[in-house]
Amino acid sequence: MSSERPVMLVTGARKGIGRYLVEHYLKKGYAVEGCSRGKADIESEFYRHHEVDVADEKGVRHMVGDITKRHGRIDAVLNNAAIASMNHVLLTPAKSANRMLEVNVTGTMLVCRDAAKVMMRRKYGRIVNFTTIVAPIALAGEAVYAASKSAVVTFTRILAFELGQWGITCNSFGATPIMTDMIKGVPQDKINAVVNNLAIKRLGTHEDCANVCDFFISPTSDNITGQVIYLGGVT
Amino acid sequence: MIARKDAYEIVIESLNEVFAQTGMPAPAALGEDTVLVGADPVLDSLGVVQLIVEVEQRVEQGHNISLTLANDKAMSARNSPFRTIGVLADHVVATAQEAAS
Repeated sequence: MSSERPVMLVTGARKGIGRYLVEHYLKKGYAVEGCSRGKADIESEFYRHHEVDVADEKGVRHMVGDITKRHGRIDAVLNNAAIASMNHVLLTPAKSANRMLEVNVTGTMLVCRDAAKVMMRRKYGRIVNFTTIVAPIALAGEAVYAASKSAVVTFTRILAFELGQWGITCNSFGATPIMTDMIKGVPQDKINAVVNNLAIKRLGTHEDCANVCDFFISPTSDNITGQVIYLGGVT
Repeated sequence: MIARKDAYEIVIESLNEVFAQTGMPAPAALGEDTVLVGADPVLDSLGVVQLIVEVEQRVEQGHNISLTLANDKAMSARNSPFRTIGVLADHVVATAQEAAS
């Protein structure tokens, strides 16, 4: 079977930016499939939640298989799931570093891989992988997290070349700080310092994220691939 | 579980689909010993990627078995499990068995 509605997969869908994007695309007429490690309370007949850790290869495969069985297609993937541990590198345990790499890099790769296998049969797909401005601005205290997100950007640039022939575009998006759980432990003066160095001196918003995603996943963006867009003037 | 005969048919159907999609010339006959990877193969490297994905999708759709053919074991094997149609069919059967266990 094949859904009438375009089908989107959003990782890290339970809260924060992911949840906002789920609701945004439900309003835009998508059938949205979301995943996170925990349950979600998003209620819509066009939403299905999967309790999956993106770093779990088998779990991701089963989730994508289930989506394909029910919808027969995946049009867009927003790889938003990530974990951050904001520590000075001298205080970062290997376990914490490995977990960030596992979720942020391997998890992104697994979701892209299995979704792309479905997309390539229809010769159409849009993949947006989430990165962060803390990589290009080299923010002290986030070395491993930033490194994992730099890896996502490089992975995405090369993925664009590997999947382009099947009509699949792959782009990265880096938000400025947004008030979500991920940065709730970051001291306010540190957030202010980051914001004051931006061209646009304000926090990012969920709407900013949706705006960039709208552009990347538009059917008319079929010649936009391998790119990274950062908010706030960061390059 | 998937029968060897069914696995072989899926590989042949998938291969024909790849020829149709890519425009690569199909040989006059396809059989157990048709080379996919190695000397004088019927596909280029991207064609092999497409074939593997096509086989996975057909197994999933037709037999409700979710499998990854390019798994760790396959990619580190001394002899590629993708080298001929017959060897790939054997690999499909073995991987489906592992997935079920």
